[in-house]
Amino acid sequence: MDDWRHGGFGVYVHWPFCAAKCPYCDFNSHVAATVDQDRWRRALLAEIDRLAAETPGRVVETVFFGGGTPSLMDPSVTAAVIARIGARWQMAPDVEITLEANPGSVEAGRFRDYIGAGVNRLSLGVQALDDADLKRLGRIHDVAEARRAIAIAQSVCDRVSLDLIYARQNQTPEAWAAELHAALRLSQGHLSLYQLTIEDGTTFAKRARAGQLPGLPDEDRGTDMYLITNEICDEAGLPAYEISNHAAPGQECRHNMIYWRYGDYAGIGPGAHGRMTLGGQRHATAGHRAPALWLQAVEEQGSGEVSRETLRRAEEAEEYLLMALRTREGVDADRYAALAGHPLPRARIDDLSEFGLLEMHDGRLRATRDGRLLLNRLIVELSETP
Amino acid sequence: MTELDRIRNFSIVAHIDHGKSTLADRLIQLTGTVAERDMKAQLLDSMDIERERGITIKANTVRIEYPAKDGHTYVLNLIDTPGHVDFAYEVSRSMRAVEGSLLVVDATQGVEAQTLANVYQAIDAGHEIVPVLNKIDLPAAEPDRIKEQIEDVIGIDAQDAIPISAKTGLGIPDVLEAIVQRLPAPKGRRDAPLKAMLVDSWYDIYLGVVVMIRVMDGVIRKGDRIKMMQTGALYGIDKLAVLKPQMVDIAELGPGEIGVFTASIKQVRDTRVGDTITHEKKGCDTPLPGFKPAQPVVFCGLFPVDANDFDALRDAIEKLALNDASFSYEMETSAALGFGFRCGFLGLLHLEVVRDRLEREYDLDLITTAPSVVFKLFMRDGEVRELHNPADMPDLTLVDHIEEPRIKATIMVPDDFLGDVLKLCQDRRGLQVDLTYAGSRAMVVYDLPLAEVVFDFYDRLKSVTKGYASFDYQISEYRQDNLVKMSILVNDEPVDALAIMVHRDRAEARGRVMCEKLKDLIPRHMFKIPIQAAIGGRVIARETIAALRKDVTAKCYGGDATRKRKLLDKQKAGKKKMRQFGKVEIPQTAFISALKMDS
Ligand SMILES: Nc1nc2c(ncn2[C@@H]2O[C@H](COP(=O)(O)OP(=O)(O)OP(=O)(O)O)[C@@H](O)[C@H]2O)c(=O)[nH]1
Ligand SMILES: C[S@@+](CC[C@H](N)C(=O)[O-])C[C@H]1O[C@@H](n2cnc3c(N)ncnc32)[C@H](O)[C@@H]1O
Ligand code: SF4
Ligand SMILES: [Mg+2]
Repeated sequence: MDDWRHGGFGVYVHWPFCAAKCPYCDFNSHVAATVDQDRWRRALLAEIDRLAAETPGRVVETVFFGGGTPSLMDPSVTAAVIARIGARWQMAPDVEITLEANPGSVEAGRFRDYIGAGVNRLSLGVQALDDADLKRLGRIHDVAEARRAIAIAQSVCDRVSLDLIYARQNQTPEAWAAELHAALRLSQGHLSLYQLTIEDGTTFAKRARAGQLPGLPDEDRGTDMYLITNEICDEAGLPAYEISNHAAPGQECRHNMIYWRYGDYAGIGPGAHGRMTLGGQRHATAGHRAPALWLQAVEEQGSGEVSRETLRRAEEAEEYLLMALRTREGVDADRYAALAGHPLPRARIDDLSEFGLLEMHDGRLRATRDGRLLLNRLIVELSETP
Repeated sequence: MTELDRIRNFSIVAHIDHGKSTLADRLIQLTGTVAERDMKAQLLDSMDIERERGITIKANTVRIEYPAKDGHTYVLNLIDTPGHVDFAYEVSRSMRAVEGSLLVVDATQGVEAQTLANVYQAIDAGHEIVPVLNKIDLPAAEPDRIKEQIEDVIGIDAQDAIPISAKTGLGIPDVLEAIVQRLPAPKGRRDAPLKAMLVDSWYDIYLGVVVMIRVMDGVIRKGDRIKMMQTGALYGIDKLAVLKPQMVDIAELGPGEIGVFTASIKQVRDTRVGDTITHEKKGCDTPLPGFKPAQPVVFCGLFPVDANDFDALRDAIEKLALNDASFSYEMETSAALGFGFRCGFLGLLHLEVVRDRLEREYDLDLITTAPSVVFKLFMRDGEVRELHNPADMPDLTLVDHIEEPRIKATIMVPDDFLGDVLKLCQDRRGLQVDLTYAGSRAMVVYDLPLAEVVFDFYDRLKSVTKGYASFDYQISEYRQDNLVKMSILVNDEPVDALAIMVHRDRAEARGRVMCEKLKDLIPRHMFKIPIQAAIGGRVIARETIAALRKDVTAKCYGGDATRKRKLLDKQKAGKKKMRQFGKVEIPQTAFISALKMDS
C-alpha cells in the first residue's frame, strides 16, 4: 500500500486575491484592481484536468478553497471548479468542501451561493473581537460586521469555523481569555487560534525591527497565553487536535488532517503546494507564486507548475514527522519506520520523554503539552539521526 | 664578491607599527632595487596574513646597492623585523647576522616597550645604533621632545637622530648616507675556512627548504659540499642566491655577505637556526656560539568542528609546521571535543596567526580551547612532569608542588592610566619590580605569572589604557605557587576542554565569572542546565540556565511541508556549530569566550 493512503487524498485550490493586504500576512495574497474571473476559471479547470490525468481513479475526500480571500471568487467559478473536480476524479459521498471567507459584508452576501455551489464548510477570518485591534491588524472589517457574517454563515452552513489571532500588541492574558470565551460562544465546534507571528518580509516585520510594534508578548507571556488557550478550549469541549486548531469531536477540519497525516493532495493555483504519489514515489509540486505568471504558464505551457521534486524516502519520513507531530494523534511509529528505513530514535525519545516532552503509547509518538510548545526543537532532535 | 668595506649589514627595529616596513620600502625604492611598477606598500610583508593585519610576522632580508656620496657603491643587506613581542625571536636572531641597527621611533608616540626591548638586544649584539625619528609628516610629531626622551629613557646619544617620513620619503637619502658613514663594515677573512651562520630557513613550494646564511669567514660557492656543525648533516649546494627581494643567483658569497641556498633539505626541522655551516672537507674547527631555539610558551587545543575533518587538520598542521619550526603539536583527545591537537606557540598573536592560516589556507573550521602555559609538576615520587593541558592534571595526592612560568613584563603608559595598569597587574597576581617616569610616561616593570597574561591580558591592557600602553615581556623563571585545577561541570558532567589551572585564592572569583559567562554563552535547552565550577569534588560556584519554554510554529498552512523542511535544515545547520556534550550543546565559541575576564 502506498504511504499516502494513511492520510487520504484532497484538493487544494488557491485564490490569490484580497481586497487589502494585511500587514502581518505572508501568504501568497495580492491586491489586484480587477480580476478576470472567466480567465481564472478556465485556468483552474485546466489545472484540474492536468492533475486528474496524472492521478486517475482517486477518490477526493476533501476540497479546500484557501487564499488570499476565496470569498472574492465569483460563486459561479467555485461551482465550476467543484463540478470539474467531481467530473475528473471521483468525489467521496461525504466530501468536505471548505471555503475561507473574510467576514466583510460583501462576502457575507454570497455565502448562500457558495453553499449552492457545493461548499459545506466555511472558515471565517474573524481575527479579533476588538475594533481597535482589528484596525491595528490592518483588517477592513469591524466586530459588528464579523458578528453579522458569522450569523449569516451559520444560517446557511452547518460547519462554520472561526480564525482568531492572539498575542497581539498589549493584549493581556485576561483580555484574551475573555475574548476567547466570547469566540467560543459564537462558534459551532471549530476554532483556529493562531499566536501572532512576525513573518519575515511583512510590514509587521519592518515595524518590529524599527521598534514600532511595542507590547508584543515575550516568551513567558506567549507561553502563558498558549496554555490558557488550551485550558479554556479543553473546558469548552474543543480540545486542540493540532497546535493551533481546536474542535469538538468529529468537527476537525478533514482537509487539514490530510496534510498533517501526510496524505496526498493536488495543489491548484498560484503558489499552491501538492504532494502526489505517482508510480510509488511521492512528488512535491508547487505552482508559480505570482498570479500573472501562473496564469500565463497555464495558458501558454499548459501547466502552472514551477517545480516538481521527487522526494527521497528520508525526506518523506521527515515531512511525515514534521506534520504529524503537530497533531494530537501523533506519529505512527511503524509507518515512520517503513518510510525512513529505520525506527524512530529510541534513545532520544526516552531522553525527551524523561523531560516530559514526548510520550510513546500504542505505537504512536506524541508531543505532550510541554512538548508541543517546543515542537521545533523536538523535531530537530528526532530527525537528526540518519 | 664584494669587498668588506663596501658592505653594510643592518636590521630595522622598532616598536610595532612605528614604520619599519615602510622605511624598508623607501630604501628599496630609492636605490632602484625593485622596478617602480612592482612597488607596493610594505613590499616585504608578503604573507596574506601580514598584508591583512598590516603587521610583519617574519623577518625579511633584502640586498640593495647604494652609490654613496663618496663615489663608491655599497652593498647593503637590510633585515626588516617584526615589532610584535611574540616574534621577538625573529628580531634577536636577525641581529646576530648584522653589525648595526636602525632604531625607528615614531615621532608622534615616542619610546614604547618594544623600542626598549629592541635597543637592549641591539646593545647586547654589539650593534652600532642609528636612531631614526619617523612620521614627522604628521602634525602631532615632536621630534625634539622624542630625541630627549630617547636620551633619557634609553640612554643613547640621539642628537644625530635622523628625522624622516617613511611615508613621503623625506630624509631617506640621509638614512642611506648614515648607514654607510655611521655603521661599521663587517669583518672576516676570505682565506679562512668557511664559517657561516644559519640565520633562518623556510619552505618554498618550488624550491623546498631555503636556508639563509651570513658568511663570517671563507667563501661558499654553488656545488660546494657543506656540513651543518650541530646536526652533522652533509649537503651539496644546489642553488646560491641573494634576495633582491626575489632570488637572484650568485656564483659565490664571501665574508660579510648575506644570501640563501638550497641543498635538497627536506624539512625546515632538519635545520637549526644559529647552526654553523662549513665545508665538509677542510672545515673550521670552532662553531659559532649558536642560539637558543624559540620555545613555545602558550599551548592550546585545536579541534575540528566536524570530527570528519581530523585527517585534513593533521595534514594542514604538518604542512604549516614545515615552515614554522617555532610551532609544536601533538595529538590530543578530549571527551568534549574528540580528536585534535595540542599546539604550542610563541604567544597569543602567533596562536591566532596559525589558527587563521589553518582555517583560511586549508579551509577548516576549528575549535580553539583556552590557552594555557606549561606547568611543572613535582611529584611525590621525585619525578618532574610538564603539564601542557589542565585536563591531564593527575590526582592531587600524587603531586608535591607545582611551579609555573613567571615573566618580567615592561609596560610603558601615560601617567593618567598608570593606576589602571597597576590594578590590572595586581589583579593578575603581579609583583611590582620597578616604576620610573620619563616625562608624562611611566615605565613599570612587573613580575607576573605567564598564565595570567597569555589569555586576555593584552586586550585588557589596551582597553584600560585606551590603546596608549605598550607591553613587552620575557620569561624569567619557574616558581612555586598555590595552584589548583578548576573543573567546569555542565549538566553535572565535567567538560575537560573548560578545565583550567588557577591560583587557589582566585579560584572562586574565576569560577563565578566562568559560570556566569557560560550561562550567557550556552543557549537555553529544553531542560534546565546546572553549571558548576569545582575544585576536586567541591563546588565553588554555580549557575543555572533556565529551560526554554516555547519554540513552535503557530501556523502550518496549505500543506507547504517543503518550507518546514527547509527551516528544519537550517536549524540542523545551526546545530552543527555546537558541540554535543552529554545532552547539552555548547557553541564552539564558548570554549574561549568563557575564560575571558572582563572584570
Ligand atoms: N603618516 C605616516 N605614516 C607612516 C609613516 N611610516 C609608516 N606609516 C604608517 O604606519 C603604519 C605602520 O607602518 P609599518 O611600516 O607597517 O610599521 P612596522 O613597524 O613595519 O609594523 P610591524 O611590522 O607590525 O611592527 C602604516 O599604516 C604606515 O602607512 C610615516 O612616515 N608617516
Ligand atoms: C490564509 S489565512 C486567512 C485567509 C483570509 N484571507 C483571512 O485573512 O481571513 C489563514 C489564517 O492564518 C492566520 N494568520 C495569517 N497570518 C498570520 C500571522 N502572521 N500570525 C498568526 N496568524 C496568521 C489568520 O488567522 C488567517 O485567518
Ligand atoms: S490575512 Fe487574509 S485577507 Fe489579509 S492579506 Fe492575508 S490572506 Fe489576505
Ligand atoms: Mg613591519
